[in-house]
Amino acid sequence: MSGAAHPVPRAPRRRRALPGGLWLPVAVLVLIVAFAVFGHWLTPFAHDQSNLMARNRPPVWLGGDWTYPLGTDRLGRDMVARLVTGTRVSIGLALAGTVIGMILGTLLGLLAARLRGLVDAAVMALVDLQASIPFIIIALGVLALYGNSLTVFVALLGVFGWEAYARMVRGGALSAHAQPYVEAARAMAVPPAVIDARHILPNVANLVIVQATLNFPQTILLETGLSFLGLGVQPPLTSLGQLLGDGRDSLARAWWLAVFPGALIFATTLSVCLIGDALRDRMDPTLRRG
Amino acid sequence: MGLSAGFILGRLLRLVLTVWAAVTLVFVAVRLSGDPLAVLVPPDLPDALIAEYRARFGLDASLPVQYLRYLAGIAQGDFGISFRTGGPASDLVLARIPATLTLAGAALAVALVLGVPAGIAAATWRGTAVDRVLMAGAVFGYAMPNFFLGILLILMFTLWLGWLPSGGFAGPASLIMPALTLGLAAAGSYARFTRSALLEVMNAPWMRTARAKGLSWRRQMLVHALRATLVPLATLLGFTLGAMIGGAVVTETVFAWPGIGRLLVVSVAERDLAVVQMIVLLAAATMAVANMTVDLLYGLLDPRIGTQRRQGR
Repeated sequence: MSGAAHPVPRAPRRRRALPGGLWLPVAVLVLIVAFAVFGHWLTPFAHDQSNLMARNRPPVWLGGDWTYPLGTDRLGRDMVARLVTGTRVSIGLALAGTVIGMILGTLLGLLAARLRGLVDAAVMALVDLQASIPFIIIALGVLALYGNSLTVFVALLGVFGWEAYARMVRGGALSAHAQPYVEAARAMAVPPAVIDARHILPNVANLVIVQATLNFPQTILLETGLSFLGLGVQPPLTSLGQLLGDGRDSLARAWWLAVFPGALIFATTLSVCLIGDALRDRMDPTLRRG
Repeated sequence: MGLSAGFILGRLLRLVLTVWAAVTLVFVAVRLSGDPLAVLVPPDLPDALIAEYRARFGLDASLPVQYLRYLAGIAQGDFGISFRTGGPASDLVLARIPATLTLAGAALAVALVLGVPAGIAAATWRGTAVDRVLMAGAVFGYAMPNFFLGILLILMFTLWLGWLPSGGFAGPASLIMPALTLGLAAAGSYARFTRSALLEVMNAPWMRTARAKGLSWRRQMLVHALRATLVPLATLLGFTLGAMIGGAVVTETVFAWPGIGRLLVVSVAERDLAVVQMIVLLAAATMAVANMTVDLLYGLLDPRIGTQRRQGR
């Protein structure tokens, strides 16, 4: 980025993807997304439809039957339906949170770089503040104060991680502002917003996308973690974290109730991490972690 | 060593400012969330009684007076009354500190003992199967949700093998699984970090000299290369602490570990504000102290950092 500030180029830090390359994580991710989107065709039941006559059924290969291929929970709710809804909610919330954080951080970063002075100082102070306390503690504090609703929860997931985008975009934008073509645009009285959109943003877009692939798995972990604790997504809605938290209570009797949602979470975060690592190596080998 | 009094004083001042900012922010957030009394008393109480409660909790004073009282209270260790137990919030929180410190210390040991040697091995045998397997393991550790890891450990070692207790705080055996759960993710980042830091210094001139002198591999690594990675490792230590505070919340809940994290989860669920507020402040203060310590460590590990200011003048 700013060549003057770092006269010695850093050695590129390469991270090795798993042997076998990138196709495996991409395939796994596609499968999981397909499961979330089309999974409801696999089962006639709704995720919150209970059948007290069919409680605690095991999966089909452990003595269950094909009515409930993955078994049922203690209220007789179909695990296929619950996993489909849980995956949909977890991925949907994490996507929403990532996009909100990305937009918020990018806008504030651009603004800080354009206006400098007080605005810049205020944005950077907020960045430092958020980076200095583990976010789950902030999130729990907010949930205690304002109670839990889906709005508060989505807002929290959105606020999570914005500071990394803001810091990164501000850095990139500051060096872009020093470029002759930006000066030329300013001299021709191009409005600041247009300069940001046309001339600054393309400089930082790559970094923002790479950051999003880092942020997305973390957002999934935050959402599933809070839902696991019973402080995130509330019934009747469900998420993978909440399913895992429910399954924990019957671990001794029915391990699959916890292991299936947990494995889905892990498969999702792992494949996105691997794809993100590969993207980062390809797009910008000198990128440092924010 | 090279630490100037001005450097230390500057860091101390920053520490005080950070903690004050956190304390003030919590005050503002609590007041913004509405009338604190609304959570405390039933809404259909007679006005006279409500006024009495208001006076008892000091909510009848003006906001600046409330703020000053609040600051004075915190300075004296008074964080308010828990309305779950009716006792001081600080008693509840302080009683939980030993359990959390034990867990965090053990987890840090796991992270260091597993992570740093793995990073050294990966850097030494760079590009080989050893490197690949270790780094794949590190990515696994990074992507694995600690609540799921904890549950898998309970399944395996408690329910199937019957070797370890599933939770509680009784004897060293009960510490093993929580410490592994909390420490493994950090071990992954230590391994990645040690590896890349070592690879960066491997080709430095002093390393070439060490090789040319015919020093043993062990001496090259431990004395020359590893020493140069101490400063970046100290940074990572600060980051890890934050991740561990966050991870402890979940891990303690999974293993019914009687620490601060579990107390926080219970208090949030019951909206016991005084306790939540104290734990949030404690986390902020811990992070601020850790950051200051890391800064001071920099100065000790790399004498150029602590004295830079004086040279600049």
